[in-house]
Formats: sequence, C-alpha cells, structure tokens
Amino acid sequence: MSSDAISARGDLRLTRITKSYGDFKAVDDLTLTIPKGSFFALLGPSGCGKTTTLRMVAGLEEPTVGSIHLGDTDITTTRPYQRPINTVFQNYALFPHLTIFENIAFGLRRRGIKDVKEQVDKVLNLVELPHLAERKPTQLSGGQQQRIALARAIVNRPALLLLDEPLGALDLKLRRQMQIELKWIQREVGLTFVHVTHDQEEAMTMADTIAVMNEGKIEQMGSPADLYDNPETAFVANFLGQSNLIKGKIDGNDGDNLIVDLFGQKISMPKKRSHAVDTSLYAGIRPEKFRISLLGTAVKGNTLTGGRIEDVSYIGVSTQYVVAMPWGQELMVFEQNDDGVPPFDKGDEVLISWEPSFTFGLRGDEDIDAGTEVNPEELEEQ
Amino acid sequence: MSFPKVRTPYLLLLPGFAFLFTFFILPIINLAQTSTQTPIVGGDTGEYEQTLAFGNYIQAFVENKEQFGRSFLYASLATIFALAIAYPLAYAIAFKSGKFKNILLVLVVAPFFTSFLLRTIAWKQILGEEGFVVPGLRSLHIIGQQTTLTSTSVAVVAGMTYNFLPFMTLPLYASLERIDPRTIEAAGDLYANGITAFRRVTVPLSLPGVVAGTLLTFIPAAGDYVNAAILGSPNTKMIGNVIESRYFKIVDYPAAAALSFTLMAAILILVTLYIRKAGTEELV
Repeated sequence: MSSDAISARGDLRLTRITKSYGDFKAVDDLTLTIPKGSFFALLGPSGCGKTTTLRMVAGLEEPTVGSIHLGDTDITTTRPYQRPINTVFQNYALFPHLTIFENIAFGLRRRGIKDVKEQVDKVLNLVELPHLAERKPTQLSGGQQQRIALARAIVNRPALLLLDEPLGALDLKLRRQMQIELKWIQREVGLTFVHVTHDQEEAMTMADTIAVMNEGKIEQMGSPADLYDNPETAFVANFLGQSNLIKGKIDGNDGDNLIVDLFGQKISMPKKRSHAVDTSLYAGIRPEKFRISLLGTAVKGNTLTGGRIEDVSYIGVSTQYVVAMPWGQELMVFEQNDDGVPPFDKGDEVLISWEPSFTFGLRGDEDIDAGTEVNPEELEEQ
Repeated sequence: MSFPKVRTPYLLLLPGFAFLFTFFILPIINLAQTSTQTPIVGGDTGEYEQTLAFGNYIQAFVENKEQFGRSFLYASLATIFALAIAYPLAYAIAFKSGKFKNILLVLVVAPFFTSFLLRTIAWKQILGEEGFVVPGLRSLHIIGQQTTLTSTSVAVVAGMTYNFLPFMTLPLYASLERIDPRTIEAAGDLYANGITAFRRVTVPLSLPGVVAGTLLTFIPAAGDYVNAAILGSPNTKMIGNVIESRYFKIVDYPAAAALSFTLMAAILILVTLYIRKAGTEELV
C-alpha cells in the first residue's frame, strides 16, 4: 500500500483539511486542487497557515481532519519518506557532514540507486555549480546553498516539489535573480512546484496560480493578474499591492454597469467586478490607475472632485501623491513620470479621474484595514 | 601604537602559562628525573640518586603488564557502557524533553554535589549483601545464590561507568542539541526512514560529542584507582592502584614515576590513534 504512494502522480487535492493545535486552528477547512505541472504559490502573512499546509503535504504534520490525495492515491497518513514529494527547506537544511555531491545523492541512494553520478552531475549543471561538488555546505554562500537545496530535491524528480520560503534568507538582489531562475528551472524540469511565501512580489513573479491565505483559510485563488486587478476581499486588495477603498452605495444600473454614489459623487463600474452582497460597497481603485488633473480640466471616465495634494514623494519612475478628499479620506496616487508635466505641488486643488473598468467592488461590511498591518517586506521569518 | 595590541594575546596567556609551568611542567620534569633514579647504596628507604637507569621503565612495565591490561580493559568497558547509557539519555534531553530540559540537565550534574569518594563508597553499600541489588538479582536467578558483587571486576566497571557518566552525557548532549532538527526532517523528506535518518544524519552529526565524551571518560578511567580500591579486590588492581602503592606504601619513587610516564604515553598513543580514526578534524 505504502509502496504505491511513492509512484503516485497527478494533481494534488486537499479536501476539507483542518489542523488544530488545542483550540487554535492553524488551517481551517481548506479545500484546494493544485494541477500537475503548475507553479503554485501559497501566499499569506506569518501565521496564516501556509507553512502548516505545506508540512501536511510533505507528511511532517498530519491533518486533524480531512484528506490529501496525489492523483488517485490517498497520502493523508503516508510517512514523509514514502511520499514522492521533496522539499526545499527554509534555510535549506543541507547535511553539514556531507559533501555537496553526497547531499544531492542522498535521496537517490536511499531509494537504492547505485549509479548516482550521472544524475547528480546533471542537476549540478542545471543549477550551474558543478565545480562545488566536493565542497561542504558551510563553504558555500547563501545563494549557492539555496541552489544546492533545490538540486538535492529536484534530482529525485518528485511528483511534487515544495518550496518553503526558499528565498527568505537571501538579499534582495539575489532574491530577484533566483526568482527568475526558479521559474526557468520549473519549466525546464516540468515538475509541480508548490511555493510558500509571505512576499507578494515573489509569488506574483513566479507562480501561475496564487492562493492567498489568511487565518487558515483561502481568501482568493487565481492568476497573479486576476488577484491584483479584481480582488474579492479587502485582505487581498491590501495584501497584494496597495488599494484605495472608498465607501459607497449602489445607486442604480446602467446596462452592464453599476452606478455608485461615493460621498455624493456618482461613478460607474462594471457589474461583474462587484462582490457586494447588498447596496453598500467599497469601491476599490489601485493607486497607479488614478490620474490627477488641476481643478477645471476636462477629463474622461470616473471623476472625483475636491481633492487637495497633501504630500508629494518623487521616486524616479513615478511620483507618489497623497490626496486629501473632502470626506476626510486620504487617497494614494502613483503617477508615471512619462509626460514631461512637472509634478503637482503640495496644496494644489485637484480632481482625480480613472477608467471605470479598473474599479473593483468589495462588500460594504469589510474591514478595510485587513491585510494592511502586515508589511511583507519586513517579515523575514515567522 | 600597534605594539600593545600585538602583545595583548601573550599577556592574556601569561597567568595560565605561569600556573601550568609551576604546577605541571616543573613537576613533570621532576617526575622524569625521578623515573631514572636508583636507590643510594647503603642509603635509607626512599633515598635515591640519578643514574639514568632507563631499565626502570622496562622493569616497571614487565612487572605490571597485567594491571596495565586490566586498566585499559576496564576503562574501555566503562566507556562503552557509559556511551550506551548516555547516548539515549542525551538524545532524549536534547530532542524529547520539552520544558523539562533544564531540570534533566541539572539531574545529570547533580552527582557532582557530593564527593566522588562518598558516591563510590555508597556503591559499596548498594552492591553489598545488605543492599537490594544482590538479593534482587539472586531472586531473579540472574546470579547464583553464593555469588557476590563487591570485590569483583563487575563492581569496579559499574562504579567507573557510573562515576564518569556525566562526562559522557554532557558533550553528547551539547553536540546533539546543536543539530538543526530540519536536517533530520530533510532526511525523512529524502526517503530515509527513522532508523536510516538516525544512522546517516544524527549519528554523524553527533560524532564530535561521541569523541569528546569517550575521551573525557576513557582518559580518567584508565588512570583511576578509587573505584578499584573501594569496589575491587587484589584481583582487580589497576595501574593507578599500583602507582599509588609504589609511591605511598613501598616508597619506590622511581618505579611509580616510570609507571606514570608509561601510562601517560600509552594513553596519548591510544587517543591519537582514536582521533585519527574518528576523523574529527573533518567534522564541522
């Protein structure tokens, strides 16, 4: 029975998984399918249950309730060493007493493969470190150890490769480079990658599909563009990038559009981008979708008047403005510095406009600060 | 001024060096001189003169071959038993003890709160006719009805095992505790079952502790005479007992000195071979 598990292949299916520690539910009734061959990211702040989910897939934790299938094989209680699943651990967990070659050969040897040299050399070439085969892990830099940890896992050609914050210990520049490399290697080897991270940019760069997790549940799942352009919850809107969320009321229909009243000013938005359940809603607009114009200018699309520039930060590619609105809210606006127009000054009276189809609508009873208190860049480890 | 900076390390070494010179180097030289002396003709007991009699070494060794052999046999057995007891103990403290970790560590060193001598004398009581061990083993028919444990090699090795157990446990604990538990998880992830992960990852990573623990047990055990004196009999005499009696009872200083040197040399050779074999210099 357990020997079947090792050769299992196919989609990974988590069905109604709950993991409780006493009264605390780290993962709460989670159902998820990860298609074979995809690069899937579990994204969320620390404590959202993403690492626990990963550890259950690896077999290092057992779900309190629910089942895990790989293809048609139930692997819920299969021991880690009997699963065709390998992990790239946070901080790598390389074996300090073994050479790089033996670290990579470890999994092959455990499965009784005698002639490991060809396969080990192949993955060492893939991660571009063939000259380090005889070194010990401590003699390698962080970035090199990261690649060896990856090589040690993919050499086994697992049905599923799990990556637990694999780039967390690297500096920013190296992280960016490794993101692109990981994506390339995933295409090259054609394995299913499941990547856990709190870094939204990392998830968006690499993954085909992202599941945003919060408090043990999946908030929303989709492609990076879907999640960014049309978030369904305030948490997703704030955790992936920044959002301006303005309280409003649905005030009628106009074909495929909704008419929304925002503090007395009417705007329109596509009906299918609204996730409101009654007439109250939050209109969401990303800061870079806004355009600022001086009061009195003729503009197209949705318009809000009565703004005053409160703060200006010039950051090269763009200028970031804080615009105070008459109802007391401050809106974030990012303007590309591509039109030769000098930036606005603090105190300028302006109006704000945007393309109606960029608007997304959230339920009116949402906590609009959800997902803002966690700054992904500052969270290094849980 | 860079001079004081260069001199600082030497200044820091000075107190230790002065201490070792006075209480180790000088006595060793003195001992070396004594080891090649012979009795003054017509002199009193304990009066010797330097004659560079290197034959003292051969004579001392030949006369005490049996005790030398016994010392190393007992020390080896005590080391093996201590390792067998201490490894699971240290493993449990390092990985499985949770919040009891500190209490257990205090219990490991607790024997040091009483004197070595007292504890060994207590073992004499425990293993004696009045203790519970002998009647217990007799009723279970593990030992015969007439068999005693005191004044036997079993008692000496048991006493040594007990007395050196903390010296084995602490270095083992220190090196096991340093192992990143994720490396063991990684072994499981890479198709190693529990036993294989233990053999391929935990044991090699704890090897520095094994080497340190066995040395800290074996070296003092090989020179020990307290356990043999209190728990043994004339048939379990170790080389430490011979040196002690040569020195204090027979007043044969040269023989005692020659035996001491031979013992030191033998331990040094064995330890060097052992460390070479264990290959600790390659371990991280």
